[in-house]
Amino acid sequence: MKLTAAVRGRHYQFRDLKEVMAKANEEKSGDRLAGLSAEDAAERVAAKMVLAELRLSDIRESSLLPAETDEVSRIIESDLDEEMYARIKNWTVAELREQLLQMEGGGGSNSLIRVGQGLTSEMIAACAKLMSNLDLIQAASRMEVVTTCNYSMGQRGVIAGRAQPNHPADHLHGIRASLYEALAYGIGDAVIGINPVIDTADSVYNILSMTKDVMTRWEVPTQNCVLAHITTQLRAIRMGAPADMVFQSLAGTELGNKAFGITAALLDEADEVIRQEGTSTGPNRWYFETGQGSELSSEAHHGIDQLTLEARCYGLARHYKPFMVNTVVGFIGPEYLYDSKQVIRAGLEDHFMGKLHGLPMGVDVCYTNHMKVDQNDMDNLAVLLAAAGVNFLIGVPMADDCMLNYQSTSYHDIATLRETLGLRPAPAFERWLEGMELMKNGRLTARAGDPKIFV
Amino acid sequence: MNDISSEVETWNELKSTTGARIDVGRAGTRPLTSNMLRLRLDHAAAIDAVYSEVPRELIEEMGLLSVNTLASDKVQYLKRPDLGRRFTTTSADAIQASCLHAPQVQIVVSDGLSAAAIEANLKEVYSSLLDSLNSLGLEAGTPIYVERGRVGSMDHIGDILQPEVLVLLIGERPGLLSASSMSAYMCYKPCIGKLDSDRNVISNIHESGTPPAEAGARIASMLKAMLDQRRSGTELVF
Repeated sequence: MKLTAAVRGRHYQFRDLKEVMAKANEEKSGDRLAGLSAEDAAERVAAKMVLAELRLSDIRESSLLPAETDEVSRIIESDLDEEMYARIKNWTVAELREQLLQMEGGGGSNSLIRVGQGLTSEMIAACAKLMSNLDLIQAASRMEVVTTCNYSMGQRGVIAGRAQPNHPADHLHGIRASLYEALAYGIGDAVIGINPVIDTADSVYNILSMTKDVMTRWEVPTQNCVLAHITTQLRAIRMGAPADMVFQSLAGTELGNKAFGITAALLDEADEVIRQEGTSTGPNRWYFETGQGSELSSEAHHGIDQLTLEARCYGLARHYKPFMVNTVVGFIGPEYLYDSKQVIRAGLEDHFMGKLHGLPMGVDVCYTNHMKVDQNDMDNLAVLLAAAGVNFLIGVPMADDCMLNYQSTSYHDIATLRETLGLRPAPAFERWLEGMELMKNGRLTARAGDPKIFV
Repeated sequence: MNDISSEVETWNELKSTTGARIDVGRAGTRPLTSNMLRLRLDHAAAIDAVYSEVPRELIEEMGLLSVNTLASDKVQYLKRPDLGRRFTTTSADAIQASCLHAPQVQIVVSDGLSAAAIEANLKEVYSSLLDSLNSLGLEAGTPIYVERGRVGSMDHIGDILQPEVLVLLIGERPGLLSASSMSAYMCYKPCIGKLDSDRNVISNIHESGTPPAEAGARIASMLKAMLDQRRSGTELVF
């Protein structure tokens, strides 16, 4: 494995694959905080040049985090499609990038995902490090990932929205009012998903029951979920709460997951419970969230850069065949992603990497108020992701989440992306909107946007 | 007609239970101008809270010893939380030289992520805290102001001054609902190496959360509990 490069008369020698991977990243404040980033722009390119020439087999053989000591590594390793890997293992990372970019059309969407099955998360991360933003958009746009919980989403030309009607005190009327607003704008086809303040089984039970009531009463073709800790959700489900999916945040290392209070064994248990006792038809019954930087924030990063760790989250996620995976790209703060340039880059990277893992990727296009980002930047990233074929975005009233205290995309924004780019809601949901006379020929009607119609 | 008006009344009841920005209307698929500008204004207040400074006059008037962390400006402070947890040598020396050692209660103030929170709440919280400490018979040491501090800076002060308990009044990450919310982090015998789980916090101190005038009493009684039980964090019974 060659770890040296001569660039403009300067000789670069890298210690190991971990260092090459970290220094090949585009600038991120989190890699700098971890002390892993390139010293300057030239060293960054030198690392990219070294990485470009490595073979996929080099990456597999020099494990960044041994499977003996980390269960996420074990899952990634054991889920690898060995037959596909054997066909491509002699490709360099440069060749992988070029192969992906020249696959196109018709069955092309499947061929990229087929290649992805023979790639470890580290290989997928390596490829993303060599890709420009437009590379990431184009390659992702050719990967169609359709999943089904109660209803299907992810079809080409579809952009769905999560209705996120959070309330700072979990007030059921308040959540319902905000949910009506979402439905009136045609949002909620991905999921009706609430982040609770009160992490108790009773509270989760009540929210799940209320959202299910609304779905039943108005025959809304979607799925519900409450994003409490997984053990709380399981207690609520065992009490008989109507949950279509289970939710969990993931980290890319076993230690990081421990900080979230989870293990693979717990995920296996939840998988069994939702299969047996959940209210959805399936087969996809998981909602996962991720986001660059979480492993560093829990000091569980093992000296690995945040992009590679994010890819490993997807390696873990794909084991459970989720209905939806959401990278909450700008929530973690400026010490990991400082400004709009870094958030936009990370959003495109995460979406591409998730799709190449075969995952139904959505993005929470978002920021906190101490980041160098504003709503205009979110407008930009949302358009880029819509062009890249993102499965869903997050819908929050006027982009302001009054419980989580951050800004995301609004019900208006998702409706606007649909109209501007000719995208549609999930098919069953669009038929429902037409029946409700809220949408006609893919456009909102005059009646749309008025939550009072549901009262 | 009766049906319609009763529906509207029900909707108004529903709507009144949330502060979410709903029933806002639209221009095509975009928000109305007034709602869009309101959002921008609230965001502007949050940004200003992060980047502004606590006025020097306030620090002097309150008689706080002003010290600096290793974060040399706001940008560095935001990117490197680790630097906001430790003091420059000059500041560490100043704390050592000018402050009462081993006080029963050490009060520390920091701008954190919202200087506006300190400006809005400090005077009231501080005076109600002193009153409450006084009536509980507790003695406070020399109060300190930490510029660009993180919660972990209390541990470094703990190493230098060895207080029995310490309270850090610090500006919270601003939200759109309130850009001037303050938190009080407390720890029994703070020192470098303490974890989040060793501390207790009273958050959301602002006019529409925990009112500043009440916060002082709540902080003092929590400090008293720490002194009585000789512990803090998840172990504290409160």
